[in-house]
Amino acid sequence: MTNTDRERHRERETAFYLFTQQRLPACKPVLTPAWVITIFLFTGFIFIPVGLVTLRASRSVVEIVERYDTECVPEPFRIDKVSYVQDDSIPKNCSLSLKVRKYMKAPIYIYYQLDNYYQNHRRYVKSRSDRQLLHGWKYHATSSCQPVEFNNNQPIVPCGLIAWSLFNDTFTFIRERAELKVNRKNIAWKSDRDHKFGKTVYPFNFQNGTLIGGGKLNPRIPLSDQEDLIVWMRTSALPSFRKLYGRIEEDLDADDVVVVHLMNNYNTYGFGGKKKLVLSTSSWLGGKNDFLGLACVFVGSSSVILAIVFMLLHLKSRRPYGDPSYLPWNRKSFSG
Amino acid sequence: MTIVGICSFFVEGQGSTAEEGAGTCEVVEIAASTRRRKMGMVRWSKLYSFACLRTSTYEPSAAQELIGQPGFSRVVFCNEPHRHKRKPYKYPYNYISTTKYNVLTFLPRALFEQFRRVANFYFLLAAVLSLASLAPLSRASLIVPLVFVVGISMLKEAVEDWHRFLQDLNVNNRTVKAHASNGEFVDKLWKELRVGDVVKVNKDEYFPSDLLLLSSSYEDGVCYVETMNLDGETNLKIKRSLEDTLSLNEDEEFGRFKATVRCEDPNPNLYTFVGNLEFENESHPLSPAQLLLRDSKLRNTDYVYGVVIFSGHDTKAVRNSTRSPSKRSRVERKMDHIIYLLFSMLLLVSLVSSIGSSLLMKHDMDDWWYLQLPDDNKVPDLEGSDSKKEDLVKVLQAMLINKDIEMYDEAACKSVQARTSNLNEELGQVEMILSDKTGTLTCNQMEFRKCSIAGISYGGDTTEVDLAASKRMNADFEACQFSIGESDRISQSFEVSNFSAEKAVLGCPEVQDNANKGISRLSRTEEESVIKGFNFRDDRLMNKNWIHRSSLLEITMFFRVMALCHTGIPIEDDKIDKLRYEAESPEEVAFLIASQEFEFQFCRRTQSVMVLKEFDPSGKEVERYHFKVIFREYKLLNLLEFSSSRKRMSVIVSNEDGQIFLLCKGADSIIFDRLADNGRTYEQATTLHLSNYAEDGFRTLAFAYRIVEAAEYECWNTAFTKAKTTVGPEREELLEKASEMIEKDLILLGVAAVEDKLQKGVPECIDKLAQAGLKIWLLTGDKRETAINIGFACSLLRQDMKQFHLSLSREAESNNQVKAMKEEILHQIENSYKVMCEERNKEAPFALVIDGKAFEIALRGDVKDEFLQLAVNCASVICCRVSPKQKALITRLVKEYTGKTTLAIGDGANDVGMIQEADIGVGISGMEGMQAVMASDFSLPQFRFLERLLIVHGHWCYQRISKMVLYFVYKNVAFGLTLFYFELYTSFSGEVLYDDWYMTMFNVLLTSLPVIALGVLEQDVSSDVCLQFPALYQQGPRNVHFKWSRIIGWILNGVVSSLVIFLANIYILSPSAYRQNGYVADISSLGAITYTCIIWTVNCQIALITSHFTWIQHLSIWGSILLWYIFLVLYGALPPYLSGKAFHVFIEEIGPAPLYWMVTLLVVIVSLLPYFIHIVIQRSFNPMDDHIIQEMKYCFRKDDVTDNQTWIREQRNSQRSTRIGFSARVDAKIVIQRTVASKETINL
Repeated sequence: MTNTDRERHRERETAFYLFTQQRLPACKPVLTPAWVITIFLFTGFIFIPVGLVTLRASRSVVEIVERYDTECVPEPFRIDKVSYVQDDSIPKNCSLSLKVRKYMKAPIYIYYQLDNYYQNHRRYVKSRSDRQLLHGWKYHATSSCQPVEFNNNQPIVPCGLIAWSLFNDTFTFIRERAELKVNRKNIAWKSDRDHKFGKTVYPFNFQNGTLIGGGKLNPRIPLSDQEDLIVWMRTSALPSFRKLYGRIEEDLDADDVVVVHLMNNYNTYGFGGKKKLVLSTSSWLGGKNDFLGLACVFVGSSSVILAIVFMLLHLKSRRPYGDPSYLPWNRKSFSG
Repeated sequence: MTIVGICSFFVEGQGSTAEEGAGTCEVVEIAASTRRRKMGMVRWSKLYSFACLRTSTYEPSAAQELIGQPGFSRVVFCNEPHRHKRKPYKYPYNYISTTKYNVLTFLPRALFEQFRRVANFYFLLAAVLSLASLAPLSRASLIVPLVFVVGISMLKEAVEDWHRFLQDLNVNNRTVKAHASNGEFVDKLWKELRVGDVVKVNKDEYFPSDLLLLSSSYEDGVCYVETMNLDGETNLKIKRSLEDTLSLNEDEEFGRFKATVRCEDPNPNLYTFVGNLEFENESHPLSPAQLLLRDSKLRNTDYVYGVVIFSGHDTKAVRNSTRSPSKRSRVERKMDHIIYLLFSMLLLVSLVSSIGSSLLMKHDMDDWWYLQLPDDNKVPDLEGSDSKKEDLVKVLQAMLINKDIEMYDEAACKSVQARTSNLNEELGQVEMILSDKTGTLTCNQMEFRKCSIAGISYGGDTTEVDLAASKRMNADFEACQFSIGESDRISQSFEVSNFSAEKAVLGCPEVQDNANKGISRLSRTEEESVIKGFNFRDDRLMNKNWIHRSSLLEITMFFRVMALCHTGIPIEDDKIDKLRYEAESPEEVAFLIASQEFEFQFCRRTQSVMVLKEFDPSGKEVERYHFKVIFREYKLLNLLEFSSSRKRMSVIVSNEDGQIFLLCKGADSIIFDRLADNGRTYEQATTLHLSNYAEDGFRTLAFAYRIVEAAEYECWNTAFTKAKTTVGPEREELLEKASEMIEKDLILLGVAAVEDKLQKGVPECIDKLAQAGLKIWLLTGDKRETAINIGFACSLLRQDMKQFHLSLSREAESNNQVKAMKEEILHQIENSYKVMCEERNKEAPFALVIDGKAFEIALRGDVKDEFLQLAVNCASVICCRVSPKQKALITRLVKEYTGKTTLAIGDGANDVGMIQEADIGVGISGMEGMQAVMASDFSLPQFRFLERLLIVHGHWCYQRISKMVLYFVYKNVAFGLTLFYFELYTSFSGEVLYDDWYMTMFNVLLTSLPVIALGVLEQDVSSDVCLQFPALYQQGPRNVHFKWSRIIGWILNGVVSSLVIFLANIYILSPSAYRQNGYVADISSLGAITYTCIIWTVNCQIALITSHFTWIQHLSIWGSILLWYIFLVLYGALPPYLSGKAFHVFIEEIGPAPLYWMVTLLVVIVSLLPYFIHIVIQRSFNPMDDHIIQEMKYCFRKDDVTDNQTWIREQRNSQRSTRIGFSARVDAKIVIQRTVASKETINL
């Protein structure tokens, strides 16, 4: 008898028993006014400094954005830009001159930005074969690449719409007649180069069809070294996006003028897209974007204001904490 | 003419003359005496009350002519079951199945059941669409969860059905003696019985099917049947075989027995049976008196022989049962609407997407050369769908309910069982409880509790209500303000109101304590009375002390009435001194036991003599303190039986001196009307005691006697005999008149109070439930008086309540004119309603007592609305003499009329209908059969556990489930809408921002554990606080947590969160670089970052909802967030063709970016801010009940909560608004006492 009692007693202390009896020790935080004010103030004091720091980082970034898609079409062709772009016989070279307003510290990242370009369209996104990119044309199951899968009954490597529509404008930068050194290596993620694009896979039967999309690839360079392609194959999430083109590894001083020679090959005219060239330095946070900083400051300051408002409200119509007169049975309006 | 003669006269029924009656009587007596040697006791069939039961008013009427017509075409060849193997006489075996499915039908039916649920159907639709090539998600990610959820639910169904199957198996495999051949009876399984089989059923066995009674162990062919499982009535019913089959009372007789029964087809009507028996070339009409129904039990009869007439599913009991409906809780039904809402939102979204898509395709996309659009490509947009974690949570909740040690019955070793888990939250919304009486509230056991003899009350003279009131008032009245000397106390109680007597008690703590210990029913739980049926403590009467009382004559007469005026018989026990008794009703047994305790032992009964062992009262004058025990014989001259209309019973006896006494017991009003002028000495005092007893819920009977002169008796006896021998309808009237003649000029002795013993903890439980704002209706098959007594005992009724009685007058009842009855009831209802409207402003609550017959009328189409309106406005409703069908009917009507959640609780098979019909059915797994439990949704070992089940678990489950469902809605809206927003940016192409497996993981793993923890472990307040503040329960019935405004609020919250998450992410991460090395975010990193924000947001949101953090909650919430990172790392580490977009996304891309972490922080804070502000405002300026109690508890944690004054005060305040229950009675009493006290002080 005593034995079972003891056992029962022991059992009563086990966590499982407490769990089944729903009596596990618990913390029951109660949202008291003090807590509320503390939380608001705390949020405020975190976010305002964070916001300011972020804003500062973002402001430290220098960015030059130049739209060139219209200007680079010679005046007579501007009525029908599409036919201009599609006509191979017309030279596509064009130059822009960019003025550097502020000192830009190397590395200066070169981006091309496309607007109104739906790289995130489902049909577009699906149209690739990761296995083929890694294993080459030995890999046959490339039905996902439709409609750019075969040409002349031979597989296309790399297949699919994305590769087929490769961006092919090229840029060269000249400062005071000297060409700026542009590093076009390491613009793609390392994992892509190492694991997603085969080192032994060479472009094959690419852009040989009747419909020519975008750029061509050097068939002697393996895909893992075709960084332009790798960058392009990382589809963007939004219809307006930038892609890394290269890095200028020299500082640019204020008032420098950089002349850009570009080949305006890529057809954005058909769908009303825009092409922009972006030169940007980078901070520890990345590129120039004030949104985060402003949002942080805004949230921080509004929670401080909320803390104050709440404090005032609380002082004005104070509900004594744990006041039983608010209980339903003590309120007059309470009906049975 | 002896009594026996009367008796057998009744047995023989109509048509016999007095002489014949006497003749039969002799025969019977001889037979009886031979047999008595064998049995050693008086035979039951010879007892007046049983034998004299009116023969059923069956007449071989037109019904007989129906035999052979459609509906009455059944033919049974008795003792020839083989003839029923072929058509057209092929009837089913006696096999019974209550399962929902069988092996073949399980899959289709269970699937159908599953997809009747909107959520599952929605899921299915999504899965089907995913099979079409258009869907954006992979097939597995949609089908796997669906299969999982439906699979679990189906498994649950299967297990439940398996239990039902086992139960059936158990019943089907019971054995019964059945006739094989040549008079040999062998054991046969129930399920193998066929129509036509002759079976022998022994004492206390259930009948295996509907049997035609052929003969019984009594040679007059009667047997006693307990039909508790059918109609809940506890008294025994008599069944009688045909005279012609009486001879078949030995096994051997059945070798050549052959007969044919032609009768009605199977039907559910318990009280009718039409048929005839062709036996030995004669046709005999059959009536319900010959039909033994399945599920009833043979009592007090050694054995019976019967022929199976209806078997298996043809039996009336089975026909009466309904299949258990699948019940769904209110919250779940509302969830359907929410799913419709979400579904229509989804449709809208899809529509917008498709229209947008097609418009864009027409106008712009042709130009998008990079897509090479060859054809139309429309893609439906599918959101991540609702997950049904609910099922799992509910199963866990049910498990916890089952495990609750507070609801464990040590004695029976049984615990609460949640038999269906999908009604847990419904427990928190109950507004109306419909309760059975016998076996549920009471133990079906009578106890002798108090008596008042010659104007003095014995056995404690204060009621518990008074005690509790005085205890409470003690706090207010300091010191012995009204102290009145103890010596005066007894005399005081005669004249002064009982309240001042009460004050005397109040002034003397000792007495109070004593009384408290001795009689308080509330505190008595541990000390059970030693003698069953006797719970009386008063030294003035016990241990022969009564001989010292001054009113000795009255006391002896009182005990004599108790010992003589009854129909019981003693049963020899092993113990020499004490006898056990059996009688028609348990209260008679209680009286007999009590009289034995008072040394008036009733020890023998022959047909005309009753023997008492009593003290010699004649020795009184000689030697005052040396009484001898003597056996005294009383000749039983007449017995005027009890009937519900007479409400009294008398015996006329003559003692050894030839003195003739009429001893009478009966309802007080009846007795008081018949008192002699000199017999009213104690009337006033007795009345006072009566009301006290009645208020305590005791059943009271007044005792009186008179001495009848021999001449008067002779005169009367001739008149009475004449009345008895009259044949025809006026006979009853004559008998009654004759009885009236002698039952007059009585001398009042006193009253005795018997308690219909309540189960442990019932009054407290009802009190708590009443405080929680629940209405309790009592539905019982018992008599009205019993029902009212129990009403008082449970504090459902109290003296100052206005009681409305609905019943039919006798004329209306006998005329059987539906229209007249309807008018009468309608009239009564209108009157009551008028009274109610007039007195509504007063505080006095109303009670409604309604009779079965009246009930039947009141539930008819055009009356029922008025009736229900009246009933719903009453604080308590008591329905007596209701049949199982009526119980079910009223349950349905109440449910439909009021739209409130009803809970039905009962223990017997007669409650099954009600249990199934109610929103929640609770079965008491007590002593009686398991039918109620099988039909129930929850089973309790005892009624008192209902308190904890509802107030604690119900409250918790309701809160949990509603919080959980709202959170589901929020979560899926917040998540799903981000997908939609992304659509807007992809020109409605159907591309998804996240990887497929993120989406699958979302509901399966990454956000489910905290929800489960919330659903299983959340407690707004702890269990003891729930019980201390039952008013908190009102949150459920008022549905504060699951209002549409709340639902919409949560949807809006979800919309806000999704907007914040999506917009913040795209504006911060695009288009510029998000890392120091100039990389920009592509679809995979943006997806992962946004998804991280969602995981953080929804998991932190649940932390805001939770108010009760155990380590499990902490682990699940923070663990889920951690799990996401782990998942991301592991998934990203897979080879690229498996991990797709997620390949190295965390390690290489987003992990090292400070922006990623800052976005997460900002987004989580901002998206939670609206909800946080909302709860801050709500808490500060419009707090809910549980908030304040949490605060109070929190505040007082430093001091001891239980001692805190405010705490206790509030606890009391919260109880104030109740109208029924013990506390309410105490409150009412205090008010009255205060007014009395104030009046007294003014007078002084």
